[in-house]
Amino acid sequence: MGNYPGSLGWGSPETGWCSVKFPFSVAVAIGIGLITLAGYFLNIPVLQTLRMALIEWATTLAAVALLVGIANLFTIHWNKLTSGKVGGLYSAILIVSLVLTLGVVGWFGPTHTYSKWIFNNVQLPVEGSLLALLAIILVVAGVRLLRLRSNMLSIIFIITAMVILLATGPLFGISVPGLTELRSWIAQVPAMAGARGLLLGIGLGIVAAGLRVLIGSDRPYRG
Amino acid sequence: MNFPELMGLAFVGLFLGLMLGSAFYYRNRPAPFVRQIPAFGRVRRAIGLAVEAGSRLHLSLGRGNLISTRSAVAFVGLSILDRIARSAAASDRPPVATSGESTLAILSQDTLHDASKFMGADYDPLRGQLTGLTPFSYAAGAASLIHDEATGASLLLGSFGSEVALITEAGDRTESLTLAGTDNLTGQAVLYATAQEPLIGEETYAGGAYMGAGGMHQASLIAQDIFRWVIILALLVGAVLKLVGVL
Repeated sequence: MGNYPGSLGWGSPETGWCSVKFPFSVAVAIGIGLITLAGYFLNIPVLQTLRMALIEWATTLAAVALLVGIANLFTIHWNKLTSGKVGGLYSAILIVSLVLTLGVVGWFGPTHTYSKWIFNNVQLPVEGSLLALLAIILVVAGVRLLRLRSNMLSIIFIITAMVILLATGPLFGISVPGLTELRSWIAQVPAMAGARGLLLGIGLGIVAAGLRVLIGSDRPYRG
Repeated sequence: MNFPELMGLAFVGLFLGLMLGSAFYYRNRPAPFVRQIPAFGRVRRAIGLAVEAGSRLHLSLGRGNLISTRSAVAFVGLSILDRIARSAAASDRPPVATSGESTLAILSQDTLHDASKFMGADYDPLRGQLTGLTPFSYAAGAASLIHDEATGASLLLGSFGSEVALITEAGDRTESLTLAGTDNLTGQAVLYATAQEPLIGEETYAGGAYMGAGGMHQASLIAQDIFRWVIILALLVGAVLKLVGVL
């Protein structure tokens, strides 16, 4: 048993225990968080109606944030292009593609043939090629793993991945006895048990992170 | 209110009580520590070295939608971003944050702005970047930033799928330290094979406590540890009761 690197408190290390300022944005966040949480657990019609309305507002705000995000993306690449930094050509391609796509989808609508053409002939092939690249990266990473961390867990990881791959893909008509059963056992017993353990840990982490935001200890929105 | 809802409410209430109780009890005394996570020690050293060497620190927040549970891990990432932005505020090349979701990009700008203001340093809004809106465009944009900026260390704390391998590969090519954790099981498997310092399961959510993001992070870690043992005990008791035929 060791010690945490210091005594605990409510706010950030700079503010310390109980020296917390609660600006208006924090009050709004806590109030809305409590109403949404109460509407989830308590079967009170007013609370549930409020909760649904607040979630709809959040969805609308997220859509507006998307426009801000696109403006951010455009500005970053415009700056890169005009400042003559490395990769300016790629930024030019991104800006031209962005403007053309916005123009076509905005003018003709997202379901028009031209819009679908852009999606099917530009976006899908580009993302498909990245997926293919990812497959190669993962194979290389698997080999490199044994160099990076040559321990028992890494060996089990590699062997399990190989067994699953061999049992999932076609083996040119060759049938290895017991391989399919081994794959099923791995997927249903150790993998499932491990996944449930990880999910329990993740679930506890989500509750902790959510509650920190709800009580105003974590303020990602500042204010 | 039916039984599962009542149990859920009781669970949240107990968790909150334990968090607040721990924060209050340990406000002026050293708190018990359960285990060390060496990855965070190495990251702290890497941050120090990056600041001294004048290299850029990069934190990626993933693609967690703010109105889903996938955003929780990004909140931990934002707390750590705040810490490293304050630590490296005096650096010639202050930290950058990337994300694949526009609300997270705005929150990262807000966090960087707040940290710069607190430390009296200059703030550039373009240090909080949205690099793409689809999984692969986001990963490709973040990988390109790691390569172009020759980052000293990359922290990936958010919701990632298998596309995260593109980002860790870029970190590997620039020979920078990569610490990564996600709430996605596929992403965790990929990170175990590709990241230099992978965080498994709840370790990702403990990041704030280990990086000094505030007392409540440590208090919530105590609550998480206690509840984990309670759940393990409940599972074991349940299994035994099932074996003897009571359940």
